[in-house]
Amino acid sequence: MRRLAWVPLILALLAGCNPSSLTDEEKRVVASLSLAALPPVPDDPSNRFAASRAAAAFGATLFFDTDLSANGEVACATCHKVDRQFQDDLPLAKGIGTTDRRTMPLAGVAWSPWQFWDGRRDSLWSQALTPLEDAREHGADRTMLAQLLARKFGDRYASIFGPLPDLSGLPEHAGPRSDAAGQAAWAAMDEGRRREIDTVFVNLGKAIAAFERSIVPTQTRFDRFASALAKDEEPQGDAAFSDLEVEGLKLFVGKGQCVNCHNGPRFTDDHFHNTGVPAAPGLPPDRGRAQAVAQFDADPFNCLGPYSDAAGKCDELKFALRDGEELVRAFKTPSLRGVASRPPYMHSGQIPTLQGVIDHYSHAPAAPEGHSEVQAVIFTDRGRAALIAFLKTLDP
Amino acid sequence: MSRSRLVIVALIAVIAVVAAWYLMRMMAPPPSDLDLAREKPSAAGLYHVAIEPELQPLEQGRMHSWIVSVQANGAPVTDATLTVDGGMPQHGHGLPTQPQSTGHVGEGRYRIDGVRFNMGGWWVLKIGIASPAGSDTAEFNIML
Repeated sequence: MRRLAWVPLILALLAGCNPSSLTDEEKRVVASLSLAALPPVPDDPSNRFAASRAAAAFGATLFFDTDLSANGEVACATCHKVDRQFQDDLPLAKGIGTTDRRTMPLAGVAWSPWQFWDGRRDSLWSQALTPLEDAREHGADRTMLAQLLARKFGDRYASIFGPLPDLSGLPEHAGPRSDAAGQAAWAAMDEGRRREIDTVFVNLGKAIAAFERSIVPTQTRFDRFASALAKDEEPQGDAAFSDLEVEGLKLFVGKGQCVNCHNGPRFTDDHFHNTGVPAAPGLPPDRGRAQAVAQFDADPFNCLGPYSDAAGKCDELKFALRDGEELVRAFKTPSLRGVASRPPYMHSGQIPTLQGVIDHYSHAPAAPEGHSEVQAVIFTDRGRAALIAFLKTLDP
Repeated sequence: MSRSRLVIVALIAVIAVVAAWYLMRMMAPPPSDLDLAREKPSAAGLYHVAIEPELQPLEQGRMHSWIVSVQANGAPVTDATLTVDGGMPQHGHGLPTQPQSTGHVGEGRYRIDGVRFNMGGWWVLKIGIASPAGSDTAEFNIML
């Protein structure tokens, strides 16, 4: 068997590894992935409080407040843990109950035109409102939240959004996504009152969104490496990459084709892809983007709705792809910044390790439904190790 | 050369061929003679079509608009309806958005809004043109 010792070497050569140097094209791609290429946080015309510091500070308070839940134990920060890249390390998010999806990290979330794994919300503020009313997450309702704001933050709310409406005589619990009694109570309220409460509810979301805009990706070893490269300097200190890391970078932007979707400074194309990720056992069928279209179109809090400040400037919503096989089981390309230290992976945490993720792209299994866009890539053992070594350079 | 070594060499050769085939399939550059002209006759020759992006240079990921100029027999066509389709021929997927024509903006020019290219590489934009003169399409290659 000693003769077989040179087989890995030949395989490595086949993989085209040349760790010592980057081509001009590879350098161009590295520059495009660097944080230096990140544009300023985009405006959100649908939220006129997006740039308000007072709203952002209020949003931060709300983000950590467990009173915004039915049992007094669930805050946004329960799943979006501040010291864990604003995610929870669990396959499925746990609020009051357990959801069907993995908690997404929040760094750079304000650059995303669509929120959630399936993009069923088109703004940060409409996203923030959704878990509040989900029985498995915060389990709160609109009249309860309005009364909580009045009781706990009345002055602060008023200083940003203007006076709260008269809340006297409101049902304690009412909302269109509440339990049967809460829905009946909501339906029994007159339309003008419902609109007043919706406005308070929306403002709560807009404050949380203003806060979330401040959660931005931080510089990593990769960015320091890219910065030296851009200046034509030899990377020094922790900016210097090992041979293995360079090899992983070359695979990432080359043969591995990872960069097709994980592109730009946030390592995401902000789009939705079916990559043949297996269905999560025990969960109902999840059609991803295909089931999100009806939801964002029906959402009263979307960019074109009456609570949006965009005055029709809603290009993402207007030009969203709404039909086609490509939407079936398509999920958002997640950012890869910090990815190595936050397993498990995929939209329902189906894959426990990075090795498993690389195996998945290597085998390229058929999708449970729809068509996988992934074409199988053969990685050597060294190639796998190299890719993981490279991904670790994206850890904050 | 011993027989076992021959077997190993043959095995390596097979692996090399398979690897090369995969590599070619996935990473083949677009055809070297790819027509990148932004102006051409439509497929059946009914129209002369020119396209120009409003975003210069083109950027991966940014939503933007294009201006499409349509002429027939040297004169601007002002009563056409345009449709847009396209995608990435090598990846087998379409456009990530559903661009729309806002209609005629004067002198045979039409504005197409909502175009985004979310990946680098070879894209195709297919412009469908329908007017009393007939229906035709023009396909443009775009490299990002």
